[in-house]
Amino acid sequence: MIWLDTLVQGVMLGGLYALFAAGLSLVFGIMRLVNLAHGDLIVLGAYLILGIGTATGLNPFLAAALALPVMFAFGWLLQTALLNRVLGDDILPPLLVTFGLSVVIQNVLLQSMTADSRKLPVGPVESASLPLGPVTVGVMPLLTFGSAIVVILALNWLFYHTALGRAFRATSDDPVTAQLMGIRPRRIFAIATGIALVVATIAALYLGARANFDPSIGPARLLYAFEAVIIGGLGSLWGTLAGGMVIGVAQAFGAALNPEWQILAGHIAFVAVLLVRPRGLFPRAND
Amino acid sequence: MSAFLEIEGLTAHYGDFKALFGVDLTLDQGQTLAIIGANGAGKTTLMRAITGIARVTGGSIRLAGRDIARLPAPDILTAGIAMVPEGRRLFPSLTVEENLQIGAHARKGSGFWTLERIYTLFPILRERRTQPGTALSGGQQQMVAIGRALMSNPTVLLCDELSLGLAPVVIREIYAAFPTIRQSGTAIVVVEQDIGQALKVADHVHCMMEGRITLSGRPQDLSRAAIHDAYFGVNHA
Repeated sequence: MIWLDTLVQGVMLGGLYALFAAGLSLVFGIMRLVNLAHGDLIVLGAYLILGIGTATGLNPFLAAALALPVMFAFGWLLQTALLNRVLGDDILPPLLVTFGLSVVIQNVLLQSMTADSRKLPVGPVESASLPLGPVTVGVMPLLTFGSAIVVILALNWLFYHTALGRAFRATSDDPVTAQLMGIRPRRIFAIATGIALVVATIAALYLGARANFDPSIGPARLLYAFEAVIIGGLGSLWGTLAGGMVIGVAQAFGAALNPEWQILAGHIAFVAVLLVRPRGLFPRAND
Repeated sequence: MSAFLEIEGLTAHYGDFKALFGVDLTLDQGQTLAIIGANGAGKTTLMRAITGIARVTGGSIRLAGRDIARLPAPDILTAGIAMVPEGRRLFPSLTVEENLQIGAHARKGSGFWTLERIYTLFPILRERRTQPGTALSGGQQQMVAIGRALMSNPTVLLCDELSLGLAPVVIREIYAAFPTIRQSGTAIVVVEQDIGQALKVADHVHCMMEGRITLSGRPQDLSRAAIHDAYFGVNHA
């Protein structure tokens, strides 16, 4: 039964990694931008939720609801003022700029929030659990996984059932021809980054509610997000969830065998999947 | 009375390479204009310059009196010029119907062309509407590309190399849609390497060579020899 419990905990953890990765996958899928600051933007979101909660006395869940539009606006501005200027045929400038942004965010947070570890105080729900048949699952992991499913369902609905989603896909396919349809790719990119930061803020809520965070942990979150996106297949949102679950399950089993192997097991699973499926589990047909 | 679309002294560049050298042409409402020429004559660059994709470096493009020469491509579409690009360039991740719908992305209000009218013009597309656009035959893809451009309800439709890579019977089927498009009030500019087809549909023909218009006139006024000479750059002098 302990193995079943480990499997379930791993799947739940995969939900958190899928939330880390969904925004990264969205941005890469639409504009082929690898955002090296994505992990730091998640940490920034966690600090914003903490700041709003501290200033207003609101529960972190309500504070996160207030942080969502702020992060959308920040994503829009970031794309419009900075990232759109470096997008082009050469992939190096956006990599360098987002790497620089990562360093800037970490240092600004370090300067303004100190290096002390923080945690979002979510209250009794943090330690609550539910018996689900033969296993017992924590309410927070369950909420995290449920949120990942809801986020991916919502993004899929947006992509495949709305005019904006059509514009996202058309721009991703061929930005020049998209302009002939009246689409402004830079505006589409700004909306996409805004949405990516909304998803990053949801990830930030669960990151901060489940574990301690400090200004330096962004790059490791980015690494898990990358692995989830690549395992799932670039640009595939359900694939990203599957990728997160693969890493989560591998880490859970690694930790069950030996706590020191937790992180390593996730990376080994990543390499193993790439050896068998170099384009990931669910690659897009037209990539 | 001035023409509906007036192009004067248009020059355009690809990077440092000058591709158009002072092109002049006019188009009246509801008229069909054909631009013929060999590969590399500048026909596609002219289309791309009109639609804002290629960089205009001189001259003017006036649509109903308004200079649109340096507007970005989405604004030119909104002004009323839509293009069927060379090679169709359908969006692979969109179905046939979504490819048509995306053509109306910037449209404000209603107009003559609706999904229903496109399906009436090209009935096969209704049957294929849930398939990916790129899964269709070349001719059917061309129909989607035309329908997609019409969905913006343009006043001028630019068609770049419609017949490229298609069988004659399919080309005839596609050009059979032209009278309906003209009846909707849309003027058409056709870029063609197929001279015979261009002469059949056009009210006026321009021949291009090395970024310049070398011959212009009504099809019935142009001799085969004159067209041949302009097309291949033969100078008898």
